[in-house]
Amino acid sequence: MSAEAATPNARTPLHALHVAQGAKMVPFAGYDMPVQYPTGILAEHQQTRASAGLFDVSHMGQVRLRGLGAASALERLVPGDIAALAPGRIRYTQFTNAQGGILDDLMVTNFGDHLFLVVNAGCKTRDIAHLRASLPAGISVEYLEDRALIALQGPKAAEVMARLSPAAAALAFMSAASCHVGGETCLVSRSGYTGEDGFEISVAAERAETLARRLLDEPEVKSIGLGARDSLRLEAGLCLYGHDIDETTTPVEAGLAWSISKRRRTEGGFPGAEILRRELAEGAKRRLVGLKPEGRAPAREGTEIVDAAGQVVGKVTSGGFGPTVGGPIAMGYVPKALAQPGTSVGLVVRGKTHAAQVASLPFVKKRYV
Amino acid sequence: MTKRYSEDHEWISVVGKEATIGISVYAQGQLGDVVFVEVPEIGRKLAKGEAAAVVESVKAASDVYSPASGTVSAVNPALAEDPAKVNADAEGEGWFYKITLSDPKELDGLMDEPAYKTYVEGLA
Repeated sequence: MSAEAATPNARTPLHALHVAQGAKMVPFAGYDMPVQYPTGILAEHQQTRASAGLFDVSHMGQVRLRGLGAASALERLVPGDIAALAPGRIRYTQFTNAQGGILDDLMVTNFGDHLFLVVNAGCKTRDIAHLRASLPAGISVEYLEDRALIALQGPKAAEVMARLSPAAAALAFMSAASCHVGGETCLVSRSGYTGEDGFEISVAAERAETLARRLLDEPEVKSIGLGARDSLRLEAGLCLYGHDIDETTTPVEAGLAWSISKRRRTEGGFPGAEILRRELAEGAKRRLVGLKPEGRAPAREGTEIVDAAGQVVGKVTSGGFGPTVGGPIAMGYVPKALAQPGTSVGLVVRGKTHAAQVASLPFVKKRYV
Repeated sequence: MTKRYSEDHEWISVVGKEATIGISVYAQGQLGDVVFVEVPEIGRKLAKGEAAAVVESVKAASDVYSPASGTVSAVNPALAEDPAKVNADAEGEGWFYKITLSDPKELDGLMDEPAYKTYVEGLA
């Protein structure tokens, strides 16, 4: 045993529901979270691709920014175009550091009188401290600890939502509104992390289980754990913070340049702006790419990527089995010269080099409305 | 036929000096959906406790340790195309490899079925 103090993991408002459903609970980002339910990761993955899945993502940080000029103040920390974000619209962006590295990635929603941020569980304490230390005194940073976050994802998600909240079902992708869902007052976003159409529903902690049970009463919906959440997002080519992106990778290297508007590229005014401007002009030295092993052996995170001469050129940052792809898939960083889809590379799994090809992302076509 | 289990959840079924090895029903349940199995090369000499095979679920890769010493005489060809056999029939069609035992007495240190059942119940 290690000498580490046994700090009990935090529980989300849906903890009892997970246990009641027979979930296998594991520690994740300081929380006791369901990695899978009795049917298993493969079935949960297919359920989400074919019908609809309910995910507890209450461990993520929900933060409210309020005050005059909140959008322009936040722009000093992120390269995303927040000033141009219309009320009811959502934008994906990143907190950057002076080197252009990524401190965290986040979703920002303009709710008119405030900005609503959703940040990663593992980064939220640091993000909130960063916001409080960096934003001017007139901007309040409120950590919404008393709210749960439930994702409903899959091709049937909108059909289900239409029964519980016609207003939420009418939302366009990457937009959000305050809606009543099954009688509960919620903040609903049409967004997600699976490559499927879907919603993320922020609800008061004490109403979360009632709402989750109401959604699970719908025949199309089943509970999905973190295991399938990971295989779904990997097939969708979506980055996982701390794995595919971190303080040492820039948004340009990670293929996230689409999230930086023309105005922000020109004007800068965020940490690392000069470095990102140069990368955008000259191309980053390395790029995050999809990797498709030719055999069936999965290449896990940390697997070395080698070129035709056997030289190590990079590492896998996420890798596993893609149930919809029906084979192993991975993502990792390679030098610019090897980043073209179709380029042959090798993946060193347990000392043996396996042939693989650079693949375009996503592995599975996105199905947003 | 003698069947024994290791504390690492491998099973070994022995007829004479020929032994078939796989992972237990309990182990496959703990791993979840198996998506890849790497079996040892035929002819490889394995020592008891040596990492002999790898079983990968959607989530992670796990080593399979040889419950006895011997030389690999056969591997299950079906697992390459259908690794899910390990979930469907872990102690039958989902076998991993066969060895010719070099020291059959090693089996004495392993658990029989009732002992293994008690062992697994103690893990819950």
